[in-house]
Formats: sequence, C-alpha cells, structure tokens
Amino acid sequence: MTDTSTPSPADLAPVEVRIQSDDFDVAAEIEQLRRANPNIGAVVTFTGLCRDEGGRLAALELEHYPGMAEAEITRIARRACERWPLDGLTAIHRHGRIEPGGNIVLVVAASRHRRAAFEAAEFLMDYLKTRAPFWKKEHLKDGTSGNWVDARDSDTRDADRWKA
Amino acid sequence: MQLRYFAWVRERIGQDSETVDLPGSITTVADLLDWLAARDEGYASAFADREIIRVALDQEHAEHDAPLAGVREAAFFPPMTGG
Repeated sequence: MTDTSTPSPADLAPVEVRIQSDDFDVAAEIEQLRRANPNIGAVVTFTGLCRDEGGRLAALELEHYPGMAEAEITRIARRACERWPLDGLTAIHRHGRIEPGGNIVLVVAASRHRRAAFEAAEFLMDYLKTRAPFWKKEHLKDGTSGNWVDARDSDTRDADRWKA
Repeated sequence: MQLRYFAWVRERIGQDSETVDLPGSITTVADLLDWLAARDEGYASAFADREIIRVALDQEHAEHDAPLAGVREAAFFPPMTGG
C-alpha cells in the first residue's frame, strides 16, 4: 500500500503496550477500545498460546528484557499506526512460566474497516516475533528443563514481507 | 558501561549484568564482543557463534559495526523467540 501523506502524531491511534506476568482478558481489551471510540467498525484480535508439543511440554518460561520489551513493541505499534488508518492498537505480552493452553501474547487492532485491522494485527505480530526481546525456554514433562527455543527462519521471512 | 545478558548468553556467562570500564581501543560492538570473548571459557562459549548474537545499545537494536561512543547500556542475546 502507498502512503500519500504522513499523519501527524496527534492523528495517530492510541497505542497501549503492556508486559506482564498476569493473564489477560481478550473481551475486556476489546471492550476498552470499543468504549473509547464509537466509530470503530472492525476489531481483529490475535492470541498466541502455549502448545504442549504433543504432550511433551510441561511449561514455557519466558524471559524478557524489561524496558526494551515495552519500548520495542511500542516502536512497532507506532509504525503500524503510521501505515494503516487505525483507531486503536493494543499489545500485551506475558513473561514468566506459562503452561500449555495458557495465553502468551495478545494483539488487538481496531479500525473503521476490516482490512486495516487485519493487516495491522499481522504486521505487529510478525515484527514482534523477530524484534521484541523475549526468549522461550522449555520445561519438559519428564522433569528436564532444557532447551531454549530456536528462532525460526520462517518468522524472519514473515516480517520481511512487509518491507515495501 | 553497563552490560546485560539474556537467555543462553546469560547462562553461559553465568551472570545477567555487570559494569565494565572499557579500554580506549574498544570503539565498536564487534570490538567489545572480541574483548569479552577473550575473558574466559564462559564468555568464549557465549560468543563462539558471533554472527547470531544480537545486540541492543541503550535498549535499541544495533548492528555489530555500531559505535559505542556515548552508550550507557549494551545488551547481548540470542535471536528472539517471543510471540
């Protein structure tokens, strides 16, 4: 998509970024955006969950870089707001021990129309995967704690798609 | 300068942060990595595969050729796996 003008910061959508060990409530986050702006026509949410890896995994432990994690996700979210006409963008990333089925990350993108909301949510997730300073360590059901999850080349390719 | 380490870089070095006085000859991230890797086996192991090490200077991503002048905090970590 082509930008015809650069919106001034005052015109950009409100961005909310939270890094927390507590769980989050998807419905409450949608409600907060909806209440703030009655002209929102589309809300897209993405929730990333902890898999059990075929029954092998007891939990993931998420380490993060306090300060930079908030700053980097905020930088990515602001870029999304400059690129799409959004009316709100929320990103919540958890840290600490998370068991299979548990929430890891939430993105909520709100806009007048659906396409901007879909694309902005995907853009934010793709860049968050490769640039937000978080690392996952696996704790296995057999009691061993072991491996740090390796970064995937496909995640880098996913982020690179947005370079236009 | 304050140094911070995360994930397996932190584990191999055996601490999550330290403060160092850098010799004047250390002017870039790459110089600092060489200097640290020469310290002991833990640092050498953390920085053995130099190319995959990611760097942040004052909490912003940086390349290995970035200058260190004026930097207060440098962080070293593996490729990120959040989300």
